[in-house]
Formats: sequence, C-alpha cells, structure tokens
Amino acid sequence: MAIIRGRERKTEAQIFTASMADIVFLLIVFFVLTYNVEVDRTQVQLPKTWVRTDIPKESAYISIDSDGIVRVSTGKEMSLPVSSDEEVLSFAANVVASDPNKPFVLKADKGVKYDRVDKVLDALKQAKARVIFLLSEQKTVEDINR
Amino acid sequence: MLNINKKEIESEIFTGSMADISFLLIIYFMVTSVFSATKGLDFQLPKDETNTPEIKREDSIDVHVMANGQIQVDGKDMPLEQILPYIAEKLKQNPDKPVILRTDPDATYGDMIAVFDELRQAKDKIGMNIKTISIPTQREIENIWSLIGAQ
Repeated sequence: MAIIRGRERKTEAQIFTASMADIVFLLIVFFVLTYNVEVDRTQVQLPKTWVRTDIPKESAYISIDSDGIVRVSTGKEMSLPVSSDEEVLSFAANVVASDPNKPFVLKADKGVKYDRVDKVLDALKQAKARVIFLLSEQKTVEDINR
Repeated sequence: MLNINKKEIESEIFTGSMADISFLLIIYFMVTSVFSATKGLDFQLPKDETNTPEIKREDSIDVHVMANGQIQVDGKDMPLEQILPYIAEKLKQNPDKPVILRTDPDATYGDMIAVFDELRQAKDKIGMNIKTISIPTQREIENIWSLIGAQ
C-alpha cells in the first residue's frame, strides 16, 4: 500500500457551536420573563368557566383541597394549612388591615362541598375583603360535548 | 527610530465557562417554573356593609342550587341553559333587578361555579347586564330569616 505523505488532507469533524450561546440566552430570557413563584401548590381540580379575568400578582391565596383542608398565603410566602374557620378570619383580617384593596384568590376543588367554601367566603366578607377571584380553568367546547 | 519587537498581548474575556453557567440557569428555571392558572371569576364585595341595601326576596330573582346539583329559579326547577332566558324576561320589566345565588351547603362548589359562570355571561347571551349578583353566605341567610322571624 502506497501512501503518499503530505497529500493527505485531514478534515476535522466539528459541531458548530457559535449559535448555542444565542439559543441558551433566548431560553434564559424566556424563563426569566415567564417565571412566577407559585405560593400555593395544593393539587386541586379547578372548576371550568367561560368567563375568566386576570388575577393581579401578589394576591392573597386561600385554597381548599378535595379533603376540605384550607391553606392560606399572603401571596409572599408559601401557603400554610389552618385548622379552624376563625384562623381564616384572622388571616383575612390581617391581610385587609395591611392592604385594604388586596385581592383574594379562592382556589377550591370543584368537588368540595359548598359548605366549606361558604365558611371561607363568610370569613372574607367579615374581614371586609373587596375583591375575590374564584380560580378556574378555561372551559372549552369539548367540555360541553363530554 | 529603534524598532523593538513588541509582544502583542490580546485582551480577551474568558467565555469558556459561560456555557456551563447558562445551562445551570436554564436547568434551574426549567425545574422551578410552573405554569399555574392565573385567571378566574372575579367577585366584587360591597364596600361598606352598612350602606348595602337590603335585598328583599320578592324584589329579586332567587337562584337556588340544590344539594343534588339541580337548579331552582324562583322556586321552579330549571335546567342551566334556561336560567338566562327566564332572567331576561324579568330584567325587561325591571333592569335593576338583582339576582341572589343561594347554594345548598351539601351541593358541590363546581355546581355553584357553573351557575355563577352562566349568570356572568348574561351580556353575551341575552344582551343584558345583571347589575347585581349577590352570593349570600349561610350566616347572612340565617340572619335574614331570624330578622323576619321565620324558622
């Protein structure tokens, strides 16, 4: 076998990485913009509605899971479970005292008995909350056909 | 002039670790970011309880969600889609007529939301606005009953 030295051309295999930085930065910018800290991670099956309005950021959260356990959060820290309806009232009163226009978000499971929701709404009314958002998912035509 | 051989040192920023830092940030944001529901039905409460006009039952449209999910409007059984046409008739006589949405404590939250959502669509479906939708709590209902002396 005759190999002529010097005539061999070596082509190095390369992966073009110059655009990687652009893609990575684009992804970082996307995540930074869409990032929001979820103060309440209670797993609930939200009811579906047609009418939905945007909830302002840093609203106070009250969640009721399918077992009827109520958790509260002022919107700045993670939600904590409360043991009685009086605690919900004192929580709501404290929130309203610090900011009378603070919106409240009620995140309740659609299968929960209305009695539990009624108690929470009553506490919010007594605490003189102004706006309550009933968290929901978007209803679609498929939901009707089901 | 003397021509001295200058050693040129190119100034550069070391970018070799940038990729590592960037990927670390991406992984952090991907793991911690959650796409949560950020929309819902808004529900305004009266600003001052003392100035809230007392709504009498006979001056209003009474929508009652029963324990089994059935709906009664002014005491008559009605399917969900017939509520708004019925309310439209009432609003033609008196556009200020308030709607009271009462829910049985044993009904589910989903049943109540379905009716509330339907009432909120009045403008789109019947072209009329329900000016007041009141959702009294059980305590408020009991207070009214005790005021009028009913059992």
